[in-house]
This record gives sequence, C-alpha cells and structure tokens, in this order.
Amino acid sequence: MPEVIQTFDLKKTYELAEPVHALRGVNLTISPGEFVSIMGASGSGKSTFMNIIGCLDKPSEGTYHLDGLPVDSLSRNELAEIRNEKIGFVFQGFNLLSRTSALENVELPLVYQRKNSKVKPKVKAAECLKRVGLADRMDHHTQQLSGGQQQRVAVARALVNDPALILADEPTGNLDSRTSLDLMGLFQELNDQGITIVLVTHEPEIAKFTKRVVEMRDGLVVRDSEIEDRGDARKELEEFSGVIGL
Amino acid sequence: MKIFKLLAIAQSSLLKNRTRSILTMLGIIIGVGAVIVMRAIGDGAQQNIEERINSLGTNLLMVRSSSNSYGGVRRGAGSSRTLFIKDVDIIREQCSLVSAVSGIVNVSGQIIGGGTNWASQVQGVGPEYLEIKSWEIEDGVMFTERDMRAKTKVAVLGASVVENMYGGVNPIGQTVRIQQTPFKIIGVLEAKGQGSGGQDQDDVVLVPLTSAAFRLRGDSRYVSQIYASAVTVEMMDAAKEEMTQTLRQAHKLINGQDDDFSIRSQSELTEAFTSTTETMTTFLTIVAAVSLLVGGVGIMNIMLVSVTERTREIGIRVAVGARSTDVLFQFLIEAVVLSVAGGAIGIAVAYGVCDIVQNKLDMTTIVKTWIIAVSLGVSALIGIVFGLYPAFMASRLDPIDALRHE
Ligand SMILES: Nc1ncnc2c1ncn2[C@@H]1O[C@H](COP(=O)(O)OP(=O)(O)OP(=O)(O)O)[C@@H](O)[C@H]1O
Ligand SMILES: [Mg+2]
Repeated sequence: MPEVIQTFDLKKTYELAEPVHALRGVNLTISPGEFVSIMGASGSGKSTFMNIIGCLDKPSEGTYHLDGLPVDSLSRNELAEIRNEKIGFVFQGFNLLSRTSALENVELPLVYQRKNSKVKPKVKAAECLKRVGLADRMDHHTQQLSGGQQQRVAVARALVNDPALILADEPTGNLDSRTSLDLMGLFQELNDQGITIVLVTHEPEIAKFTKRVVEMRDGLVVRDSEIEDRGDARKELEEFSGVIGL
Repeated sequence: MKIFKLLAIAQSSLLKNRTRSILTMLGIIIGVGAVIVMRAIGDGAQQNIEERINSLGTNLLMVRSSSNSYGGVRRGAGSSRTLFIKDVDIIREQCSLVSAVSGIVNVSGQIIGGGTNWASQVQGVGPEYLEIKSWEIEDGVMFTERDMRAKTKVAVLGASVVENMYGGVNPIGQTVRIQQTPFKIIGVLEAKGQGSGGQDQDDVVLVPLTSAAFRLRGDSRYVSQIYASAVTVEMMDAAKEEMTQTLRQAHKLINGQDDDFSIRSQSELTEAFTSTTETMTTFLTIVAAVSLLVGGVGIMNIMLVSVTERTREIGIRVAVGARSTDVLFQFLIEAVVLSVAGGAIGIAVAYGVCDIVQNKLDMTTIVKTWIIAVSLGVSALIGIVFGLYPAFMASRLDPIDALRHE
C-alpha cells in the first residue's frame, strides 16, 4: 500500500514586499491508518502545510505525493474530485456557507459527488450531525450557531463523504473540554476503522489521544515522535462525567 | 450534476437575496413589458386601419383623373377633367374582370327638406355603387338603370341625414330640394359609421349619376371618379391592368404617352396607411429592445457584484469538490433563471398594461403569440449572454484565494 502522504522538501513562500517563508523544506511521510497531530507556535506554518496536503494550495517548491500520486501533475478537476471523495477537511475558520442550514452545509460535498450513492444525501448528512452531537440543530442557520457548534458542523461536513483521510485544522479550538473529549473519541473511533487522520492542535492534552506528534517551528519539522501512553478519549469522558457528577 | 440540482441551488441562492433578485429582474421586466406593449399597440392600430380600409368596399379599384403633361403644362391630380360618363359604360362592357362599376359626381350645395336645411355631401352614382361599397338599403329601394336613363329626380339618404333633417322619422315619399331642384326620397341607407379618415360616411345623399350631371351641375360629360369592384381579391391587379388598357384605348393615348388617369386599389391604400404605423411600431420596438439590452447589462452588473460578494461561498464549494463547470453552470443558471423569470413577469405586466390601454384609452391592442415566444427566448438568451462572463470569472477562482477573501 502506498504512503498516504509523502512530501519532499516542501517550500511555500508568500511573495510580499518582504517575502514570507511559511514552509522552508518539509519532509514528512504519513502511512495509512496513522493518527498524527501537528503542533507548533502560531505562525509556524501548520495551516499552510495542511492546505497543501489537502490539495487546496500548491507548494512553491518541492513535491507532494498523495496515495503515491504526484499532486502537481493533476488537473483542477482531478483535484476537485480528490477533495470531494478522498479527503475530509476541517478548516481552522470553519468556512461554512452563511444563511444556510447546518444540514445543507453538511450535505454540500455530496451535492458535487459524481458517483451515485445508495444513501440519500439528506439522511447521510443528518447522521453525521448526530455523530457530532448536533441532532437538535440541523435546521439552524450558521449565524444561529455558537462557535463550538459551527466547528462541529465543519467536522460533520468533513465526515459526510466517508473520506479515507481526514485533515482537521484545530478542530477542538473552540470546544470546552467535555465536547473536545467527545470529538476526540469520535476521531479515535474513525481511526480504529482505518481512516488516516492528521490534526493540528495547540493543546498537548489533545495530542496525547493521537498516535504521533509532529512539531513545527518556523516552517520546518523540528520534532517527530510516537505517543508513548496514548489516552482513550471515551474512557476519559466517562471519568470526567463522573467527577462533575453527571 | 443533474440540471434540477443546479436549479435548486440557483433557486435557493436567489431566494436568499430576494430584494436584489427582484431589482435585477426589474430591467428585464420593463424591457420585455415595453416590447410587448409597443408591439401590441402597433399591431392593434394596424388592424384598425385595415378594418377601416376594408369597410370602404369590396375589392375596390378607384379611378381618378390625373395630371398628364399636356403641351408641357402639368396639372395637379384630380384637377383635370379626363374621366367621362361614357368611360363608365366602356369599362362595364369591356372589362371582364370588373364585376361592378359606378361613376361618381360630387355636387355641393345646401339641401332643404323636413322643414330645415342641411349641408350634406350629394353624390351622383350608378345603381351598382352600393354593391361596390358593400352598402345595404335599410328602407325603401335604390334607384335603377331605368332611373339612370330617365335622369329621374329621386334620392337615397344616408342615416345621418335622416337623423339630422327628419329626426330619425322615415322620410320615404317626401321631397328634398337640392340646389332648388326637388328630389323624391325613395330609400334610406343603413348606418355605416366612420370612414378611414374619421369622416361620417352616413352623411351622404345619393342621386342617379345622370340626374346629378344633367340637372344639378349642368356639366354633363364628366365624372370626378370611377369606382369598380374586381371579381375577386386575387384578380385585383389584373383588373387594374385591364381597366388601364381599356381607358387608354378609350382616351386614344398613344404608346409613350402618360396615363391621364390613375387607378388605386384598396390593397395599395392599405399598404400606404399601414406602412407608416409599421415604421412607428418598428421604431418603438427598437427603443423598447434597447431598454431590454440595458436590462441585460444590469444582470451582468449584478452577477459580477454577486461573484465578488460570494467569493468565499465559491471557495467553500470548490474546496469540497465543485468543479469549474459546476460553478460556471451555477452562476449561468442563476442568470438565466433571473432573466427568464423577469421575462415571464414582464409578459404578465404587459398583459395588464394592454388591458388598461384597451379599456381606459380605448385603443385596440393585439398580443401575438409569437411575440410571447420570442420574448421568453430573448430573455433566456440575455441571461446566457450576460451571465456567461461573470460565471466564467467565478469558475476561474482559485480555492485558497477565494477562501481567504473577506
Ligand atoms: N496568504 C498569505 N499571505 C502572506 N503570508 C501568509 C499568508 N498565509 C499565511 N502567511 C504567513 O505564513 C506564515 C504561516 O502561516 P500559517 O497560517 O501556516 O500559520 P499557523 O501555523 O497555521 O498559525 P496558527 O497556529 O496561528 O493558525 C505566517 O507567518 C503567516 O503570516
Ligand atoms: Mg493555522
């Protein structure tokens, strides 16, 4: 089986008056079934890296192989198809359609799906919203949802197309510890089913539920290590509930 | 992507921006409405004129004397006296394509009767005149060939004359004096209404042509006009040609010499009158079409604004897998839905306006089916033409740039 993600000396420079070197040569390999957290200070290039491996942005230099395929050889439409079918992307800024219901937002990737699925888009989208604990907010418009709820809608949208790879840029950034635990439990469950997950986080408590931590600084990978004693989010959630007496 | 999916996306995004959608459509609504109303009024006016000209008579051919240069001196049309009473008889005998013919002598003068007097138009005509004008006798009889030969002093009165001189009471048997000569009233004509020029066709007194020529004017040889009916509509041109040849022969005109008369047919009259309204209609339609074009530019304008405003939305759609063509069609279909809906509303508005024009302004309006079909087609075309550029711009957006757009 080819590696899911393989980057070779990936560089990204923003050509401003003073050129910004967001990535300065990132080499990273992620195999199928891995659960990786990317950490690092603000501005270290995490989002830039995620956008490139999510086929949304192109590197200035270096190459990126997705499932063994060199991405820069793919056409605009082929990239759209990959984003639509293989990848579930959770944006740092959520990027939900405004004045649109949670259900329609989650349904969106299915609207553009080429292959016919047996399940109805609406049913599938509702199911994903249930999994992130928003069954009672389906008809609410984006503006009528709290930041944490919007974040979970974004997660549900990333799940709706049954992706083989989930890329989540700070998916727990706006969540309280209880909801964070819930979401990490969901990610662990998905990872157990064989889905490869890469997530960005600032919090070590979140990173300890993944299997591997990659640390970035100034556009470079400075540390790459396995997690020693990995936590079980579902179990911790139960204990947590016990402590505050729920 | 299935078309109805795209239609659903277009519909929901148009409904989300309801006010803007309606304002955008306004240009198309006004444009389409104006085109249809203009055409409807023009076509209505045309039909009016055609009806009036047709009311002149059946397959009518009108002969007038005309100026032909005579020793270098040219005279105005109708001023010269070149048509004779005997020309009428020659046409009747020799022209096989003419079914009825009558000379006309116009006599002026006050008429006296019923204890009052009235300035009406007195015409000396033949018995066939009524057939040519498709006119009916309401009461009594029309004079005959025998009256023509005997130059009888009898008269047939138009409905307005009866109304004005006798207060609508049947005047048959009474005597009316024309230029002091007493004429016996033998018939009354049915009312015919206004003529093509708006004049009252019923304000007329008909007397036998010969009586008018010999007893009233004292100038017995000439007629002012000759009216004739061709046997069929199709034969009108042939009949005109036949009459021309017959009259040329009768007037002993040699080859190369101009006709000393002119023949106009009803169809020529129709064309002459309708061509002006047609020009007017065309002109107004063009003006309206320009406003439709402006409506189209309005759509393009709004769609471009919309693309800029919705850059993030486009970015999100592309990020989750929309292809360039999906985005292109989404915006194109939005533009087409806008313009076609605008066109449909414009048609409805046009029907309303036509109704008001018809009832309140008393003008005939005719909305033809093909105008409706063309309006809808043109609306769709405007949507495509003016929606294409903004849609293309939208489909070219880079996902990450679009997502960063505020
Ligand atoms: N569009 C852009 N134009 C110019 N510079 C940019 C652009 N996007 C990012 N940068 C710069 O690139 C660097 C990396 O940004 P990036 O968003 O990847 O950081 P990050 O690690 O995700 O930070 P955070 O944890 O705050 O989200 C930053 O210094 C930022 O200023
Ligand atoms: Mg970031």
